[in-house]
Amino acid sequence: MDAVAYFVGKYNYWGCIFLFFLGMYAMISKTNLVKKIIGLFIFQTSIILFFISASFKHDATLPILMEESKGAIDPVMYLNPLPHVLMLTAIVVAVATLGVALTLTVKVYRIYGTLEEDEINRVIQSH
Amino acid sequence: MITLDIIVFTLIIFCAIGALTVKDLMAAAIVTSAYSFLICLLLAVMGAVDVAFTEATVGAGVSTVFFVATVFQTTRRTKD
Amino acid sequence: MKKLALILCVFAGGILLINAHYLPMWGDPESPASAHLSPFFIENAYAHTNAPNMVAVVLADYRSYDTMFEAAVVLAAGLACFFLLRSRGKGRKGGPHYYRHIPTGATIRIDEKGKLPREDSKAFRPIDALWTPYDPIIRTTCRCLIPFLQIYSLYVLAHGHYSPGGGFQAGVVLGATIILLAISHNLKTSIQRMSERTAALWSIIGVAIFAGTGLICLLLGMDYLNYEILAPFLLSDAVMARSHSILIVEIGVTMAVMAVMVWIYYNLSSAGQQDEGL
Repeated sequence: MDAVAYFVGKYNYWGCIFLFFLGMYAMISKTNLVKKIIGLFIFQTSIILFFISASFKHDATLPILMEESKGAIDPVMYLNPLPHVLMLTAIVVAVATLGVALTLTVKVYRIYGTLEEDEINRVIQSH
Repeated sequence: MITLDIIVFTLIIFCAIGALTVKDLMAAAIVTSAYSFLICLLLAVMGAVDVAFTEATVGAGVSTVFFVATVFQTTRRTKD
Repeated sequence: MKKLALILCVFAGGILLINAHYLPMWGDPESPASAHLSPFFIENAYAHTNAPNMVAVVLADYRSYDTMFEAAVVLAAGLACFFLLRSRGKGRKGGPHYYRHIPTGATIRIDEKGKLPREDSKAFRPIDALWTPYDPIIRTTCRCLIPFLQIYSLYVLAHGHYSPGGGFQAGVVLGATIILLAISHNLKTSIQRMSERTAALWSIIGVAIFAGTGLICLLLGMDYLNYEILAPFLLSDAVMARSHSILIVEIGVTMAVMAVMVWIYYNLSSAGQQDEGL
């Protein structure tokens, strides 16, 4: 029973670690550049999930102040707003870097005519 | 509450594996969009409404458009 | 390579899984992440700025350096896409060109050697090679939807103090409306409404609003991005000055993010030519 409680109590870490290494595996082993970028995207979202699950507290509400409690504020009642802020900006920067990565992909396709890593290597070596 | 989380998490993992294994890049872009939306759902369940809002607009919206634009400009073919 | 990657990932993942028992239990209120700094933010956010949404307060006030440089990173990404992809050529590739004769509505195909109409001609309009007749349902729906989406994004921006939302979300929704216009009509319609030059200018002005607000504080003798000194200019006391300044810097973030999203889309969807879109 203890082991089950342990596994369920940390289920978010198992999920995040799985997604983290799934993204990393895709970035290393896939040969298609767009697939690599999808792996990068999964990598980023797993870290976002990890930070957000660190901010969660049981029996706490959203980090928006309620009308009746503006006098005395109990920090245990509200979720931790700091990881939310960090991840909010991280998502927007993630999409900006995703744009740059996809731009590079289009550029590579225009020069080499393929998106597969091994075919690009072959073209480079034949020159 | 916690069962809902686990169901959504299972769907997320299936979507992630699906996005990486499907043989068509346009389909991979759409499955990535679904993956993003499920992540957004999980963030909303965890109480991070601001982050969920951002993920819904950015992850499921604009980044999918970027992926589709790239696939449209290059090729749908992939070996893995 | 695949086997090596698998072994590496499983090995590193195993190490992380073994060490996961040092991490706090999920939802533990005593966890180290919520023990040190966040109680200060939660207790003082409303007293300092009069805004109930703590995320907006931490984003634009306590950690505004962070947000300012994130906006600068977004601008840098837009510039990177521009310099990597944009080509200033006329874009006249070989192959046939397609024109629409506006008075009759006929589509004309001109071969490679053929004589093209003048560029400023009113009767002929160039159309995409992959041109398909636009679905009137999609066009009409998008035309009706876009104004409401834009008003909604302004609401998200202005109501960011009280509800989820703020500069980043409003910027992305506002940029998405222009991308929606480009998808439902064509890239040229969208560029007529908001040219690339406008997008570049808006993104730079957005970051400059953010940095300039901080610079004014510095010139008036306070710390950089310490908004309290702006109270006489905003006709309010120190607390409300911080509240108003949050709105001002979020307007800057909205402009930067919106313009950069549109800018990246223009370059990515046309591979830098900006003649034929998605």
